[in-house]
Amino acid sequence: MSELMACHECDLLTRLPELPPGGRAHCPRCGCLLQRDRPNSIEKTLALSFAGLVLFIVAVSFPFLAMKAGGFEQHSNLLTGVWLLLEQKMVLLAMVVLLTCVLFPLAGILGLLYVLLPLHFGRRLPRAEVVFRLVSHLQPWSMMEVFMLGILVSLVKLGHLAEVIPGISLWAFAVLIFVLAAQTAVLDHHQVWERLEALR
Amino acid sequence: MKAASMTARRQNLVSCHNCHLLCDAPVPVGKQQVACCPRCGTTLHSRKPNSLMRTWALVFAAVILYLPANLLPITITRAIGITQSDTIISGVIYFLHSGMVPIALVIFIASVFVPLMKLLILIYLLISVQRRSRRRLVDRTRLYRLTELVGRWSMVDVYVVTILVALVKLGAVARVDAGPATPYFAGVVIITMFAAESFDPRLIWDVMEDDE
Ligand SMILES: [Zn+2]
Repeated sequence: MSELMACHECDLLTRLPELPPGGRAHCPRCGCLLQRDRPNSIEKTLALSFAGLVLFIVAVSFPFLAMKAGGFEQHSNLLTGVWLLLEQKMVLLAMVVLLTCVLFPLAGILGLLYVLLPLHFGRRLPRAEVVFRLVSHLQPWSMMEVFMLGILVSLVKLGHLAEVIPGISLWAFAVLIFVLAAQTAVLDHHQVWERLEALR
Repeated sequence: MKAASMTARRQNLVSCHNCHLLCDAPVPVGKQQVACCPRCGTTLHSRKPNSLMRTWALVFAAVILYLPANLLPITITRAIGITQSDTIISGVIYFLHSGMVPIALVIFIASVFVPLMKLLILIYLLISVQRRSRRRLVDRTRLYRLTELVGRWSMVDVYVVTILVALVKLGAVARVDAGPATPYFAGVVIITMFAAESFDPRLIWDVMEDDE
């Protein structure tokens, strides 16, 4: 018996077909993606979350960018901009950058590990539902890839003023963005909710 | 029964906003509906509560912030005694003149065009729902999906300012400060993201049920 589902964009009730490997089910009325077959979703997401955590630690602990001009050298790490904004009394702005580029992505990775690692072993930690719900809410607010575009724009902007030298952290950050994108693509919320429900 | 009428609401069901579990519609207690999804704990609503009013309020707030965000300077550069203020537009013009057209395009699209389009699309969706329009339902749903996807990219300039502030502090030679437009700019992005989130695309389709 296939499952009855309501489209979350137009409320149409549909019976979901059995999905072939890699298949997708769309809403017949509005075309919204209802479900996608993602084999081994939990294991893949876990592997990517671990990789993400390691890259994250590298990205915050090593030099990010350095700028060289006329005998001066200015180094920065991922958080330098945030501290300097705070110095300029732009507290709100510093918070926005800190949250969207560091804390939310980190919370997403840690939250997924908290929910999925036990789930892989058939267990459920307390408040796993709350954590997973928060992770889904945080997702649009984690903007590392936008930050990366910001870095590229800045590099072009500064290119004629000085020599800009990328640090290890910048490379880790670039790879992290791909890891996080892959993580979003393989994570099957539906499957996680079903497994969590079964373990209650 | 026509396919159009087979909605969850018609069947007295509610789809959870968060985990999409189909639940029985909560029984109204007094004026308020109080029920939580048995699976994930999210409060259940057939439609997002006060969706139109909240979206209108947020769109209105974003329109107001959009003006200072674009008119005030976003960076203030001090180099060898010369202070230069740049707005978003003057930055775009600078890049156009210095031949860096792709960068000018990125900044223009992300910072000026996307927020403006997003606000216009939301206003169009709000008005068309309120006028109970039956036209182009699929296209309007797609437009909504688009506003959800692109909004975050407008944050680019906020990040550019942050990186410039961090990098350009070459002793006493040069220095970049975040201009007064920057907080307004972040505000526009955040508020339009909330606005898109508070709009309920199911309202676009509800008119189909009322037909019968
Ligand atoms: Zn639909």
